[in-house]
Amino acid sequence: MNLPRKKFPFWQQHWLGLLLLATALLAVPFVAALGGQAWVRIANFAILYVFLALGLNIVVGYAGLLDLGYVAFYAVGAYAYALLASPHFGIHLPFWVILPFGAALACLFGVLLGAPTLKLRGDYLAIVTLGFGEIIRIFMNNLNAPINVTNGAQGITLIDPIRIGDFSFSQTSTILGVTLSGPQKYYFLLVALAILVIVVNMRLQDSRIGRAWQAIREDEVAAKACGINTRNIKLLAFAMGASFGGIAGGVFAAMQGFVSPESFSLMESITILAMVVLGGMGHIPGVILGAVLLTALPEALRYGIEPIQQAAFGRMIIDPESLRMLVFGLALVLVMRFRPAGLWPSSLRRRELAEATD
Amino acid sequence: MLEVSGLRVSYGGIQAVRGITFHVNEGEMVALIGANGAGKSSTLRALSRLLDPAGGSVRYRGKELLALPPHGLVAEGIALVPEGRGVFPRMTSLENLYMGAYARNDKAAIARDLEHVLGLFPRLKERAQQVAGTLSGGEQQMLAIGRALMSKPRLLLLDEPSMGLAPIMVQKIFEVIRAVASEGMTILLVEQNAKLALEVSQRGYVMESGEITVTDESNKLLADPKVRAAYLGE
Repeated sequence: MNLPRKKFPFWQQHWLGLLLLATALLAVPFVAALGGQAWVRIANFAILYVFLALGLNIVVGYAGLLDLGYVAFYAVGAYAYALLASPHFGIHLPFWVILPFGAALACLFGVLLGAPTLKLRGDYLAIVTLGFGEIIRIFMNNLNAPINVTNGAQGITLIDPIRIGDFSFSQTSTILGVTLSGPQKYYFLLVALAILVIVVNMRLQDSRIGRAWQAIREDEVAAKACGINTRNIKLLAFAMGASFGGIAGGVFAAMQGFVSPESFSLMESITILAMVVLGGMGHIPGVILGAVLLTALPEALRYGIEPIQQAAFGRMIIDPESLRMLVFGLALVLVMRFRPAGLWPSSLRRRELAEATD
Repeated sequence: MLEVSGLRVSYGGIQAVRGITFHVNEGEMVALIGANGAGKSSTLRALSRLLDPAGGSVRYRGKELLALPPHGLVAEGIALVPEGRGVFPRMTSLENLYMGAYARNDKAAIARDLEHVLGLFPRLKERAQQVAGTLSGGEQQMLAIGRALMSKPRLLLLDEPSMGLAPIMVQKIFEVIRAVASEGMTILLVEQNAKLALEVSQRGYVMESGEITVTDESNKLLADPKVRAAYLGE
């Protein structure tokens, strides 16, 4: 008897779907551009969040470690990029040096956070990681004296865009007769990165490491009894998740040209976690859906609420920002009430939650 | 094969195990019996490296076990069946059994051992694709033992295999333990059900408030009036 194995590679089974998906992904930046470059930027953020959410999915969804400080790694990556490619220190290293460096640095921070918290689980782990996230943010906020490292709350400006030779991602240029704006170029870069993290997630899921994570999630003592090095396997989850956070941070810094500590608040960590949980923990399509919805819907609301209120009442009654949070919160509550395993859960996760309510 | 000497376990200021010494010879089944809270499970948890003892030494085939991490025991040929069964509830029975062979990579031998384990537990064969969390308590215990056997151990540590099971299931589990032992497996059995444990084992140690108070061959312990009075309910 053997475990059922897939007979064909993933792309052979789903070639039609993948073709349609690729076409849609190609079309997005051009369709969005019809509504203005702002919409392309929103699409970019959606994909950046897909990237972040899938990075966090490794920690939370696979290894089952509740991490509320994930944004810290995003911050480390962003600041690493900002400090090494801006006039702040006068250093201008190319992105292919800084992005791996940022990933490695975030990875190191991931291990630094992971090592002392190995014996913690659930709520306790959540509290420590939350504290860690805040520590990083506060450091960024206050490291402007005695030596000005991070420029404090003002943040770092004029960060170099990603540039390959003369080809800059921040300017409009024409490639093979197609004119691409800066955000559109970043869009394709982000899609490429997202595909990378999706492939890594897929490979991990069915791997030996993936099974070890599942074992630890379900029963840590039994996992040890099976000969799993639980310490290293958990650290690996932290380190991998953190590296992806670091890469995302670097791209964010380059894309925005500006970083400041307020981009890395607790709310950000919670939003990324909400994407993972709402979409379907441990299930790649679910997490992607969660990230896209939670980025696109608030933006759509922001742009939609004002005209609707103007039309209905002739003036603004509720501030769009507060209404946005209200709708966001309501959506979270409703999803958790009616689809506790997430909008698009894996069959495994559905199984887990069905038993819990037995 | 296994020599424990002067093993001490403390929780804060409380000494749960007060310097006990015992041994298990190759090929025999040894029972460690005693009342609730006597320190049996603490002893086994220390042996299987799930907690750090306060002192003492545990030598297994001449090697100091206390220097190893918990996951290192499997490679040495020691398998633990944890207290309360500890199956992976969301994996199928088959996936659970494969997890037992996690540290091995000899595919052909793993497949052979799987056949062997499923032969020992025909019930698991029927439940192969069922999620472990939905198995009955007895089936879960079988699965936990089967999973331990999948690591191809030389020494099996059983922690309270009868706990929380219906009497008929307990009988079944002990039949299997006897069958595993008859194949030459060395077993250390920690058990509250003293009568059953002494019936299947060759030698026994009685623990009382963290110390070993009586030790003898199991059939002699079964006949010992003091043991009978204290642990066999007579």
